[in-house]
Amino acid sequence: MNNNLPADSIEAVTSGLAAAGYIASRQIATAVYLAERIEKPILVEGPAGVGKTELAKALAAWRGLKMIRMQCYEGLDEAKALYEWKYAKQLLYTQILKDKLGEVLGGAETLAGALDRLHDFGDVFFSKEFVEPRPLLQALEQPAGCVLLVDEIDKSDAEFESLLLEILSDYQVSIPELGTVVALVKPTVILTSNGERDLSDALKRRCLHLHIGFPEQKLEERIVESRVPGISQSLRTQIVGFINQVRTLDLKKLPSVSETIDWARVLVLLQSTELDHETVKDTLNVLLKYEADIETTMPQVTSFVAKAGRQGVFG
Amino acid sequence: MREQLHRFFRAARGAGVRVSPAESIDAMKAVADVGFGDRGILRDTLLLTLAKSQDEKQALGECFDLFFSQPEVKEEAAESTPRDAAAGETPSGDAGAPSPGLGELAQMLLSRDRNAIAAAMANAANATALSDIRYFTQRGIFSTRILASLGIERLRDDLDALTATSPAEAERLAAALGALRENVREVVNQALLLYGREESENLRHEILRNAPLARLERRQVEQMKALIRAIARRLRERYSKPRKRQRRGHLDIRRTLRRNAAWGGVPFLTSWKRRHRDRPKIVAICDVSGSVAQVSDFFLLLIHSLHEVVDDVRSFAFSGHLIEVSDILDTKSPEAAMSEIMSKVGFGSSDYGGSLVDFEKGWIRAVTPKTTVIVLGDARTNNLDPRADVLRRISERSKRLVWLNPEGRMAWGWGDSEMPRYAAFCSVVRQCATAKQLERAVSDIVAAYQ
Repeated sequence: MNNNLPADSIEAVTSGLAAAGYIASRQIATAVYLAERIEKPILVEGPAGVGKTELAKALAAWRGLKMIRMQCYEGLDEAKALYEWKYAKQLLYTQILKDKLGEVLGGAETLAGALDRLHDFGDVFFSKEFVEPRPLLQALEQPAGCVLLVDEIDKSDAEFESLLLEILSDYQVSIPELGTVVALVKPTVILTSNGERDLSDALKRRCLHLHIGFPEQKLEERIVESRVPGISQSLRTQIVGFINQVRTLDLKKLPSVSETIDWARVLVLLQSTELDHETVKDTLNVLLKYEADIETTMPQVTSFVAKAGRQGVFG
Repeated sequence: MREQLHRFFRAARGAGVRVSPAESIDAMKAVADVGFGDRGILRDTLLLTLAKSQDEKQALGECFDLFFSQPEVKEEAAESTPRDAAAGETPSGDAGAPSPGLGELAQMLLSRDRNAIAAAMANAANATALSDIRYFTQRGIFSTRILASLGIERLRDDLDALTATSPAEAERLAAALGALRENVREVVNQALLLYGREESENLRHEILRNAPLARLERRQVEQMKALIRAIARRLRERYSKPRKRQRRGHLDIRRTLRRNAAWGGVPFLTSWKRRHRDRPKIVAICDVSGSVAQVSDFFLLLIHSLHEVVDDVRSFAFSGHLIEVSDILDTKSPEAAMSEIMSKVGFGSSDYGGSLVDFEKGWIRAVTPKTTVIVLGDARTNNLDPRADVLRRISERSKRLVWLNPEGRMAWGWGDSEMPRYAAFCSVVRQCATAKQLERAVSDIVAAYQ
């Protein structure tokens, strides 16, 4: 497999991601394919736990690239995201070099003369040496390219979005003292958002917009199959059938794919071969994260299990 | 195909998806890459590159389906054949052999060549720039233009000539013409749906935004409520951004020196100045008597849907006397809340002086130097004592005092209006009769805190 060339078809993307353990729907595969072809970042939105972050990981694994992850939070600024001057190091060096500086300047008669001599040394203290690269700058400096994951961008401030714009559209950053750093190899950028707030139009315009929702039943079964080895076909169908019914309820937090996988793992560990309502009731807390949700679901369990069981037989 | 894509972008804009030139370039590039072979993939591609939110994706998906399913060309045969069969005059073999010497369109219609008709219609639609259609009033003109460009003039002449020579054929042609007209109408309707939705919606909204709130018809009230919700959403989006902002670049010298005392004043750790901003605190005092009631209604609806932006709202309603209504508005649905407020204090004759005194007695402590006090009313005191002195004291305690008056400026000070006397103590007095003015007023109030 040639790792550095974009995939030549959408099917190649699907199979490549599948090899990395990520079962992608057609939309997802199309998005990844296009992102590489027209060199655009992908903005992934969707509920928590549908595999937004996983997509970046799988892409990196498939491509054999390094993944650089930047977790966003409120108050994140350029010093933590882009680069920072190693201020303490600069200060330490000036303290140590004080005497040396004295020597250099010693001969100068006037202030102007001293300044001239200082200029001869150039900007020693504002050179690459003293720059601490943060994730965004790191991503641009990878010689082999990388997958840059900007996770949960909606958690950051609006100012931070504007900071990203230059990187997203031109794959470069400007550091006033050093000039512009251009990416050696353009990284594949994936941004994820839980839709906590609306992102600015400027940011959206620069990205392909991918919405990942809950997968269809067949797709989810395949995801469980690839993620939980050793699970029987019938149990798999029943689990997915059950969860799809739970998703029709009015819950605070609907169970998403990650919960399906966790639950399937738990059931395999408990060595169940069939979904029965006792086990479901005991393990419902794996699936639902709020007490109120569990209370809503509890009375429905028996009928859901029965329905899922029927699907297992006929589906 | 490029032309087709351009028209699709126009249609997408019509469906309310904002497609910028940059996005259309991206879409073009992407489509050039994936090709037109698979409609599903084409749809995914356009959705990925053009739509930037879940709502837009849905709108664009619908638009895509509509766009790529142009209306079928109706055959006039469906209507005419049974009649022909019943009459038993025209053998079906005749249909394929139109008389020579007819115009192109007539030949096409008589030979029932559906593909040719569809192609001709598409060409005519292009020639008349059908994608420029914006308003439903333009349907007639576009239909006429398309028919003209199809060659309806010639067809009429042919029809006249045929009536004289072979009436049976003329009848078939007339039926075909009827079907053609119907098709054109359908094409135009679809184009309006594709390209014009946004415009006509905008037009309707614009009319609604400028309609006086106090004199809405019943059916408009529902639309207005939706409009107010949209305004609230807009204001929320604009003003609910995080307000904590570090002012980088301004060194806080005192704090820096203090923090670095341990290193003999060598500033290893720096600290920067911060700027804090307050969220708006609002006290709204609304007249709910008679003609002002409806405006107050919408105003309260708007203010109370701004929770994310506004920290603290306390609302008071009065006509004869004043009560606090914050809890009612927060706990009940808008309709229920309004009817409860109305049943408690509504529809009396307003007593501004008495109500202001009520407010000062009971709730003056709700007004702090950070509070904006908004009074909504027409200042018509029914010749009772206006007690402007109370308003002065409220004004002195508050950050700002804003008076919103649903009446036009011309009416202030006429009759029993005490507006000029009250205006002396207000930071701002503005007219507020339409949704547009309401939005401006609330937007300004919130912006004062940014």
